[in-house]
Amino acid sequence: MTAGRAATGERSDGSAIDVTTLTAHRCRELLAAGEVSATELTRAYLDRIAAVDEAVQSYLLVDEPGALAAAATVDAKPRAERSPWEGVPIGLKDILCVKGMETTCASRILKGYVPPYDATVISKLRAAGLIFLGKLNMDEFAMGSSTENSAFKTTRNPWDLDRVPGGSSGGSAACVAASEAPWALGTDTGGSIRQPASLCGVVGLKPTYGAVSRYGLIAFASSLDQIGPLTRDVRDAAALLDLIAGRDPRDSTSIGLSEPAGVPDRGDLEGLRFGVIKEFVGDACDPGVRDVFDSTVDAIALLGGVCEEVSLPSVERGVAAYYIIAPSEASSNLARFDGVRYGHRTAHSQDLYEMYTRTRSQGFGTEVKRRIMIGTYALSAGYYDAYYAQAQRTRTLIIQDFEQAFSRFDFLISPTSPTVAFKIGERMADPLAMYLSDLCTIPVNLAALPGISIPAGMSGGLPVGLQIIGPHFSERGLLNAAHAVEQKLQVEVVAPLAEVER
Amino acid sequence: MISRQEVDHVARLARLHFEEEELGRLQPELGRIIEYVQQLSELDLSGLDVTSHAVALKNVLRPDEPVPGLTQEEATANGPHVERGQFVVPKIG
Repeated sequence: MTAGRAATGERSDGSAIDVTTLTAHRCRELLAAGEVSATELTRAYLDRIAAVDEAVQSYLLVDEPGALAAAATVDAKPRAERSPWEGVPIGLKDILCVKGMETTCASRILKGYVPPYDATVISKLRAAGLIFLGKLNMDEFAMGSSTENSAFKTTRNPWDLDRVPGGSSGGSAACVAASEAPWALGTDTGGSIRQPASLCGVVGLKPTYGAVSRYGLIAFASSLDQIGPLTRDVRDAAALLDLIAGRDPRDSTSIGLSEPAGVPDRGDLEGLRFGVIKEFVGDACDPGVRDVFDSTVDAIALLGGVCEEVSLPSVERGVAAYYIIAPSEASSNLARFDGVRYGHRTAHSQDLYEMYTRTRSQGFGTEVKRRIMIGTYALSAGYYDAYYAQAQRTRTLIIQDFEQAFSRFDFLISPTSPTVAFKIGERMADPLAMYLSDLCTIPVNLAALPGISIPAGMSGGLPVGLQIIGPHFSERGLLNAAHAVEQKLQVEVVAPLAEVER
Repeated sequence: MISRQEVDHVARLARLHFEEEELGRLQPELGRIIEYVQQLSELDLSGLDVTSHAVALKNVLRPDEPVPGLTQEEATANGPHVERGQFVVPKIG
């Protein structure tokens, strides 16, 4: 127990429990046993946020009154009448619409926007009785790999405050690593859950495309976006997935899971075949990442799994295909931000065209404008076949390569990110270098597959993640395999944050 | 890689305006990104379908039943300029 750390609850032997370092399922157990109240738990997290978020900068909005009121409602209910997760706090990426709570997508153009409705995932969590601590920072409209593209603040990596937390769900990953929420929701279009999870040393799951409804998720690239959990362990990732998954008549692309993820309890990998993606290891990675990855492969073998190298030649074209497809979809999705129905409008325009143009030019940040330009260019007359259609054919090739690999292997593995967390500012001058941060994660979105990043070890004091990829709707098996690896590796997931503990 | 005229044309299509100083950075950046993605033109993809949806789904239907929606007040509450329940915009040029 470090001084200054919020603590509530008391064990039978009289020692205090620091509830902010616990997993969500431990919080649930303490609540069920009456060892801690929902108010004490929520207060502990709010105190922790007050103590460290000035340094970490993961929250855009902390809803202290709303969270405490929701916690009081839970505490007023007899324990026997509560649903299982009632009273467990959570942090939310600021891309999800929460009725009555400002939702900005970390963009000036949505500053002040208060959604009149809940996203489907939010309705589900509300019905399950979770406590919303607040909204988490991100790259503007989820476009970025470092959270530096937020219009409002720069989030820092809790393991080293001079480094980025990754992105775009950097606020979600940093807050879980810094004990500012037991778990959080993020979204993943090209790696935006898995890459920050890797860089912050937490668990991040991108579900199969269609597993989770996107109703009320502010759209970036609709053929790629998925909502998913960032957690301290694999068991929590499975639980949060089960809370949010399901078909939704309000999202016609939603399908739901074929079976619930349940409680992962697998302890071995006997009989499972793992393909090591050749294109993502070797020279593609920093040596420190490679060393951690190699020892993870050894751990999988010790658990009885068979690892073999497999080549998926087309995945090397993933970043190029993605940087046509995602901006094309974004240029269309972001046309709705026009200063008419919500958000920012630049005043004193002579006519409608000028109002649109000035509003959008002032409201959007540099990277968002860059991507709208790329997408508009790729879709414009004369270029459509050369860029967009060619990218979608490349996507078909990538899907086929994965299908072939899954005929031989149960799961595919690679490092989640080719590097550990990089320094703030390091890649901002070179958009292409930033895009290549997502080399190993992008093809998974293009093929609509589920992928998880779990902490695999440390390199130079910074976390390294292992990515495990499964076939469509294999979440239950994927989470069980990830659980077995996690139990073997036993990596610490809560950052020490020594600098801010006084 | 991408000419100034093309940048101006695309910006107009996207309803974006860039100051001269921004254009000085943007034009070469776009050029480098376009050059990077052009690696796809080296691939022989003839005979491959264009992906339209990566998870097979077709004919997603639901019963056409009226359900409560937002009220006019809720729907216009976020508008930067609203009068008598309607969004007000500058004149169409």
